[in-house]
Amino acid sequence: MTSSAEIRVPADEITVAKRIDASIAVVGNPNSGKSTLFNRLTGLKQRIGNYPGVTVEKHIGLLKTDDKVVELVDLPGTHSLSAHSLEEQIAVDVIFGRMAGTKTPDGVLAVLDATNLYQGLFLVQQLVELELPTVVALTMNDAAEKSGIQVDTAELSALLGVPVYPVVATTGAGLDMLRHALAGIIELTPPRRVRIWPQLTAAAERLAQDSRAPLRFAELERLLIDGPTASNQLIVGKLSDVARSQIEAVRAELFEDEPPIARDARIRYTWVREVLGKVQKSAPVYVTWRSKVTDFLNRPVPGTIGLFFVMAIVFQAVFAWATPVMDAIDAASSSLSGVVFERLGDTAFSSLIADGIIAGVGSVVVFLPQILILFLFIILLEDSGYLARAAYLMDRLMRSVGLSGQSIIPMISSFACAVPGIMATRVIPNRRDRIATIMAAPFMTCSARLPVYALLIAAFVPATKVGFLNLQGLVLMGLYLFGIVMGILTALIMRKTALRGPKPPFALMLPEFRRPNLQTVAIQLLGRAKVFLKRAGTVIFAVAVVVWSLAYFPRADDLPADLDPNTASALQMEQSWLGRAGKVVEPVFEPLGWDWRVSSAVIASFPAREVVIAVLGTVYAVGDDADEGTLSGRLKSATRPDGSKVFTLPMVIGLLIFYACCLQCAATLAIIRRETNSWRWPIFAWTYMTTIGYIGALLAFQLGSA
Amino acid sequence: MAINGSTLATLKRGQRGVIRAINSADPQVQRLMVLGLVEGTEVEHASSAIGGDPMEFRLFGCGISLRLEHARHFKVAPVGAGD
Ligand SMILES: Nc1nc2c(ncn2[C@@H]2O[C@H](COP(=O)(O)OP(=O)(O)OP(=O)(O)O)[C@@H](O)[C@H]2O)c(=O)[nH]1
Ligand SMILES: [Mg+2]
Repeated sequence: MTSSAEIRVPADEITVAKRIDASIAVVGNPNSGKSTLFNRLTGLKQRIGNYPGVTVEKHIGLLKTDDKVVELVDLPGTHSLSAHSLEEQIAVDVIFGRMAGTKTPDGVLAVLDATNLYQGLFLVQQLVELELPTVVALTMNDAAEKSGIQVDTAELSALLGVPVYPVVATTGAGLDMLRHALAGIIELTPPRRVRIWPQLTAAAERLAQDSRAPLRFAELERLLIDGPTASNQLIVGKLSDVARSQIEAVRAELFEDEPPIARDARIRYTWVREVLGKVQKSAPVYVTWRSKVTDFLNRPVPGTIGLFFVMAIVFQAVFAWATPVMDAIDAASSSLSGVVFERLGDTAFSSLIADGIIAGVGSVVVFLPQILILFLFIILLEDSGYLARAAYLMDRLMRSVGLSGQSIIPMISSFACAVPGIMATRVIPNRRDRIATIMAAPFMTCSARLPVYALLIAAFVPATKVGFLNLQGLVLMGLYLFGIVMGILTALIMRKTALRGPKPPFALMLPEFRRPNLQTVAIQLLGRAKVFLKRAGTVIFAVAVVVWSLAYFPRADDLPADLDPNTASALQMEQSWLGRAGKVVEPVFEPLGWDWRVSSAVIASFPAREVVIAVLGTVYAVGDDADEGTLSGRLKSATRPDGSKVFTLPMVIGLLIFYACCLQCAATLAIIRRETNSWRWPIFAWTYMTTIGYIGALLAFQLGSA
Repeated sequence: MAINGSTLATLKRGQRGVIRAINSADPQVQRLMVLGLVEGTEVEHASSAIGGDPMEFRLFGCGISLRLEHARHFKVAPVGAGD
């Protein structure tokens, strides 16, 4: 295949693909500033991919200097090379080159938080034992200085045997030196072996001699500490039979009756304390960022009340702040439709543009402000460290339903979207606990449910004041609470039946409250907006066009010309493909009080729930005059053939309950499939949630109309 | 107070103590040891949730929350009286 044509490709076009001098893993404790540093070093131009087989985003970025290009891989945080949760396992697997599709890194960028050297050094010491070229970035120096910590980097570097570069990732201070060091990382000599636990080192060296293939010393140490488990089978396989049979004997001799992990922690932290005494000169023992606020939040009752207060503010803000922008978008899209008809006349094409695309896509895009406000709050809560505190405060409550406080973080994230929420369950160490949380997460009111709720509430709940709160906001909060209760009940039932087992474990790091970094927040928020708009531009666009054509064709040709436009459009709709399909499924949804239009909109929204709005927007727009106003106005005036209103209060409540429960989201089903590694759970979740939604809507309508 | 009777669970809010002995049989306790709660480390009881469980401890600038049932496995020598 080598032809002369290939050689003539300009050199600068192939450098990116071919000339990568080294691949460097970015490793550190959770929350130590890895991603911030990574973003700085790679200039935010990262490739995001997936590790094959696991749903973990793989962030890869290139760092370029004058003559070198190195690749950085951002990893989830870990405390030790003995993994404890799925997330830690991923970091460890990448470091050891066990992750399918990735090779062992050529070097390590160890990220060490200057305000938490204690836990940081515990990990860095283990990283040094990897015997790979290593560079330490000492981050958060600004925060450390503020709390009076001074680190002797020269001494630290000497004790670890690797270069240490102090930086401030948020401002970029000190990055030039670090960049330079990383570019030339393969020229560094790997650190020498430190014998802080001579017996373990000796035992690992003995095993290394008995191996059939060259083995990493650090991996053998971990094998001795963790014992032969599924994740280190590869290493065990490379040992001779003699060595393999000796492992247990060596472990028994090394640890006697002390648990290996405990022994490891005791020895290494003793070393860490010694090092700390030498490098952290003028440091106070307790570094706390204390203020009246944190002191207040640290007391049990005010802290818990504060948590509920914060959540209430979030939901009020979502409704109140977004309204002006939403009204503007709404007005813009209806006047745009008007302009289209004015310019192009009443043809099939102008109907496609105005009724199909603008009405369909516009009715979903209008919710972008609300969604961004919601995401903004969730990102702020997470970045400031408040979510971890919420997990801590809620642990007792969660325990009573068989979960732990750790399940709170995925659940709160699911208010934005169940997909990242379910991915966040990877920090939960216990499998049963994790699956119960995954089953509960889709009940949390996600940002795709929000438009549906917002539309129905704006149309059918009066905007009266209840005390200083708005009734619409209260109903919305009620729906959020309903989702929470349903989710928690589900988890409780699961933990009592299919997922019965011992109490879930709980050990949580509580970071200091930190002022969120604007750049980080902005990057995440923009990413979210992009995902939402992309969905509106692809999935929802396609559905809008399909639904429009199903509603527009076949044309009813033989209508009398003098018929009034509303009757004509009703007749047209009824004999269209969509009308016919809606009629077929109507009997199923008749007991819920839905007519065929609502039924067909609900059916069309099973792949993505917010589509229901686009479909309603389309079916209630076809043939109508643009001057009939907004979608909520059209819903309010929708009638059945006998003149009675379609959207009665019991019917709307039923519809809200249906949307609160039903799992109408292909992306969530796919993520459950990938995270649980079986089709069983997504199928179960879908069936279970749809059944509950149907029964709930049935009860609401039948009892309400009786 | 005698060392024998004091555990992390009996430290008052704001009180400090040095960990003296750990019953490390429980894997949960081992996890806490990986997070830095080992013999010789000085910790401060920073806060507790409603009902006194879980509790928050600070050591060398980091906060760790643990449940009462696990806090009992850590024997401590109290330093100072707390508030
Ligand atoms: N003051 C200060 N804050 C920083 C610095 N670097 C990062 N941060 C903040 O620390 C927090 C955590 O940073 P991340 O980069 O998300 O940390 P991470 O290590 O990637 O965290 P995980 O991926 O969750 O393990 C963010 O709020 C950052 O804004 C720094 O040098 N100084
Ligand atoms: Mg990160």
